[in-house]
Amino acid sequence: MSPRLEAHALECVRGGRTLFQNLSFALEAGELLEVTGPNGSGKTSLLRMLCGLLAPAAGHILWQGKKISSLKEEYLKELAYLGHAGGVKAELSAAENLRLHCGLADGRRPRDEQIGAALARMGLDGNEARPAKTLSQGQQRRLALARLLVSERALWVLDEPLTALDSTGVRLIRSVIEEHLKAGGLAVLTTHQPLEVSAGRVGQIRLVPI
Amino acid sequence: MLATLRWVIQRDAMLAWRGRAGVLSTLLFFVIVVSLFPLGVGPELNVLRTIAPGVVWVAALLASMLSLDRVFSHDYLDGTLEQLMLTPQPLSVVVLGKIVAHWLVTGAPLVLLAPVLGLQFDVPPGALLTLVASLVLGTPALSLIGAFGAALTLGLRGGGVLVSLLVLPLCIPVLIFGAGAVEASITGASAESHLSLLGAMLILALLFAPWATAAALRISME
Repeated sequence: MSPRLEAHALECVRGGRTLFQNLSFALEAGELLEVTGPNGSGKTSLLRMLCGLLAPAAGHILWQGKKISSLKEEYLKELAYLGHAGGVKAELSAAENLRLHCGLADGRRPRDEQIGAALARMGLDGNEARPAKTLSQGQQRRLALARLLVSERALWVLDEPLTALDSTGVRLIRSVIEEHLKAGGLAVLTTHQPLEVSAGRVGQIRLVPI
Repeated sequence: MLATLRWVIQRDAMLAWRGRAGVLSTLLFFVIVVSLFPLGVGPELNVLRTIAPGVVWVAALLASMLSLDRVFSHDYLDGTLEQLMLTPQPLSVVVLGKIVAHWLVTGAPLVLLAPVLGLQFDVPPGALLTLVASLVLGTPALSLIGAFGAALTLGLRGGGVLVSLLVLPLCIPVLIFGAGAVEASITGASAESHLSLLGAMLILALLFAPWATAAALRISME
């Protein structure tokens, strides 16, 4: 069964303010959804809803036709999330960060080659043993994105993946996402600049303040 | 599930080792607070022996409060808590792992140090053993209860003080029976009933705290 993500009549209320309502969309294998909108329009909230970190005020989210709130861990096995804060431990080295992520996300000890390959792909080779706090902002962002490469997940939910990245970094992300879509993956991301991927199908949602 | 538990413990232990200054300061706090009493009260052995259980236990309680902000708040700030919450395992297992790691890092060294500190109060050897036993049963319960408070106050301003206000009253039973066990042992009575009650409290906390903490985390993270 090919993966399918659906949102039905989502409503988001934050701090007593309705950010969006009646938002519905469907996403299938090989599709990318770009969420745009001004600051404070609820982009991050929407993404957190898709991860199950935030409960929608109304409506529901379906994965393979079942509510994600009832699928729980089964759904989390399909999901990779990159939040606003990267989720990188500053005290640990780049390789340790990835190794622990693998252990927790997949319950297995990853092979060193796999970690090395993911770091190299993200242009971080030579920095494996450096504590993440000595990496630059952009490098830390790349490290966070390297997580996507080590754990194979069908659905990528990325909050501003391009923040702090240089132009090579942006091209890198574009090609990584294109590969993911070609392999039948799904991706949802928020961005202020269009990513212009040349693979899969791209949908767009623009959130406007009510 | 066990693999997840192991990974979380390994992760937190590794992080504690990298930031060992923080862990050591909690331990030093415990040592200094306990050592201040013999200096302040004077070398009156009878008095010291009487206050010893209370002093050591209150100091242990305060030290464990001090270290609570390390359980979740660092992970909250750098976004790794979100990642932990998206681990495809029940959140209460992840939480339990973090609590076990917290105890291993702060509670266990405290248990090992306590008998040495007890010597300053002229606590008899038998009672020192009871002190260790009561701390072995009591400090994990403190970590469990404390984690719940830390999860509830996550991301709030002035959370540190609030945690103490929330958690300290909940820890009173542990304090009473922990100190009570040592006191009974010093006066020559049996500490068995106190220790049994402490054990019962630990089991109760072990059953409910991870689950309640996971629920509190979900609310705090929304």
